[in-house]
Amino acid sequence: MSDVATEIKVPVVPAELVREPLVQNNRSFGWISDRVSAITEGKVPKWWWAAFIPSLCLLGLLGAMLFYQITTGVGVWGNHHPTMWGWDIINFVWWIGIGHAGTLISAILFLMRQRWRTAVNRAAEAMTIFAVMCAGIYPGVHVGRVWFDWWLFPIPTYQGLWPQFRSPLMWDVFAVSTYFTVSVLFWYVGLIPDLATMRDRAKTKVKQFIYGFFALGWTGSNRHWSNYEKAYLILAGLSTPLVLSVHSIVSLDFAVSQLPGWHTTIFPPYFVAGAVFSGFGMVLTLLIPLRSMCHLEDIITMRHIDVMCKVTLATGCIVSYAYVMEFIIAWYSGSAMEKFHFMNRALGPMWWGWVMMMSCNMIVPQLFWFKKVRSNLVLVFIMSIFVNIGMWFERFVIVVVGLYREFLPSNWGYYKPTWVDICTFLGTFGLFFTMFLLFMRFLPMIAVSEVKGVTPEADPHHPSAGGHGNGGKH
Amino acid sequence: MSAIFPKWTNKLPLMVIVGGLLTVIAVTAGVWYYFTPKYFRVGYQPIQPVSFSHATHAGQLGIDCRYCHSMVEKSWFSNIPASSTCMNCHNQVLKDDPRLALVRESAASGKPIPWVQIHRVPDFVYFNHAVHVNRGISCVECHGRIDQMEEVYHSKPLSMSFCLDCHNNPAAKVRPADKITDLGWTPSPDPAIAAQTQAQYGKKFVHDFRVESLNNCSACHR
Repeated sequence: MSDVATEIKVPVVPAELVREPLVQNNRSFGWISDRVSAITEGKVPKWWWAAFIPSLCLLGLLGAMLFYQITTGVGVWGNHHPTMWGWDIINFVWWIGIGHAGTLISAILFLMRQRWRTAVNRAAEAMTIFAVMCAGIYPGVHVGRVWFDWWLFPIPTYQGLWPQFRSPLMWDVFAVSTYFTVSVLFWYVGLIPDLATMRDRAKTKVKQFIYGFFALGWTGSNRHWSNYEKAYLILAGLSTPLVLSVHSIVSLDFAVSQLPGWHTTIFPPYFVAGAVFSGFGMVLTLLIPLRSMCHLEDIITMRHIDVMCKVTLATGCIVSYAYVMEFIIAWYSGSAMEKFHFMNRALGPMWWGWVMMMSCNMIVPQLFWFKKVRSNLVLVFIMSIFVNIGMWFERFVIVVVGLYREFLPSNWGYYKPTWVDICTFLGTFGLFFTMFLLFMRFLPMIAVSEVKGVTPEADPHHPSAGGHGNGGKH
Repeated sequence: MSAIFPKWTNKLPLMVIVGGLLTVIAVTAGVWYYFTPKYFRVGYQPIQPVSFSHATHAGQLGIDCRYCHSMVEKSWFSNIPASSTCMNCHNQVLKDDPRLALVRESAASGKPIPWVQIHRVPDFVYFNHAVHVNRGISCVECHGRIDQMEEVYHSKPLSMSFCLDCHNNPAAKVRPADKITDLGWTPSPDPAIAAQTQAQYGKKFVHDFRVESLNNCSACHR
């Protein structure tokens, strides 16, 4: 052993491997708290009212349409033989799909230690919950007699009547209600430390009481954090299979039937990829305007947008593969009906639905291969809307095009939505945006405590750690 | 920072959980007990315009059900007898009894006695009396011991699960065709032997009477 003390070698990270920081401009803990809380504490901005009032009007429209539909009957929709499923199921699947980005970001990315998720997970989870609420309306009213909705659940009654457990529609009830419950729990547990921050910053007694009530007496003690981390990890574990199961089961609504174009084994993975694709589309649509409206550019950085564009591209490629594979399987199956269905999908009277789907979901996302496109916010915003449109048309192609020309040509028909269909759909946007705007006004839109955890000063080995007097305060 | 909540609120989560659980149990138990035909239909006994005693006529005198309800084997509907049926006997028996004034008046004028219906199934249920009594299902299965009732009351729930109990396993209820209106009949006075005999002959009757006991929705909801 040499008695000369060896020098401790600190490995130097090469410049090209240094990652861009997740919070830019070396923002301090205090700045993050102030900036995020400012959205809920400051004066209500004009743009908020400008968005909230139309949303509320659309929500009223939803109420009116549901009242009209419930009091009159399902006949007010365009669902008619042979297209017995129309906009109701399309919109159900569309909204449920949108929700998937939230669970993916909050659960799977958490388990995979993707630290960039912290900036977007709160808003994405809220989006999930509100999207599932919009989706949940449709099966509820689609049954026609809403006062019998409780028959969806297996409750022992004097009728001795049980739901059909072999039906995927029944599995849907369990899948969607579990998904909603776990999503709400996950969202709420994640909110607790931030609710305590809101409580501590609150100026009025009422605010203190309300935030304090929901903060469940959080003090930020070591024991609280330890329990919190455990609960969050468990919920992430519970949610992870749900990301895959919910849309798989939604796809079984179609795949378990025996219609050409529906009866395919590719549906579950293809639906899940499509759901994540549409979900990230919606996250981008929401967050790109919000980050500049709320001045969150240092928290939701260009790196976040870039990563989300890449996820959109990846899932877009998976659905594109599925679209092409469906045609190949139709040819390979040798089934005349299957072949006819896919010819009809591309060349039949509703060819425009297929063209919309292919161009929005297959061609548009390919632009995300280019760094220039990913860093152009206007372009990304427009493309994210195209993703939403494309995914709506995907469900249109599956539901309506799958039904309107079935086995017997004498049963062929056409499908047109009624004004009630259209207004109900617009109304669900009212519900979604009303809820989202209320959420961002009254709750911290960014997971404050978690974002602090990914700043350089949170790393105990970082030179600037402990340098800030404010560091100990969460 | 001063405390926003008093100290007792530390117990609030526990109270909410326990209270919530108790509420759920109470609501479930309440619905389970009260929201069933077993609770709100069994025991219904309206006052009839004539205090006709089934116990006397069907029980004590042993008049067969079909003497009055004569269409039960041919029709989906078990008819209420016309007043003239009553007068077959009562033109001689108790012919001046004041309790029968309404019956005599009805028979003379042809205006029916306004009996109050007790057993009824909803409009969306199709029930056929003839099909049941011709295939070994006794009156007693749905109406109870009418032959022991002074005034008739609703004695069975007639709920959907009540129907399904028998439709799922008709062999437990079918009996010989000539014992349909013998309300007190059992295969044997000894319950153990009765159960054994029923098990033995039930299947045979189901086969011989061609009992189908359909379980599909449209069997009853047409």
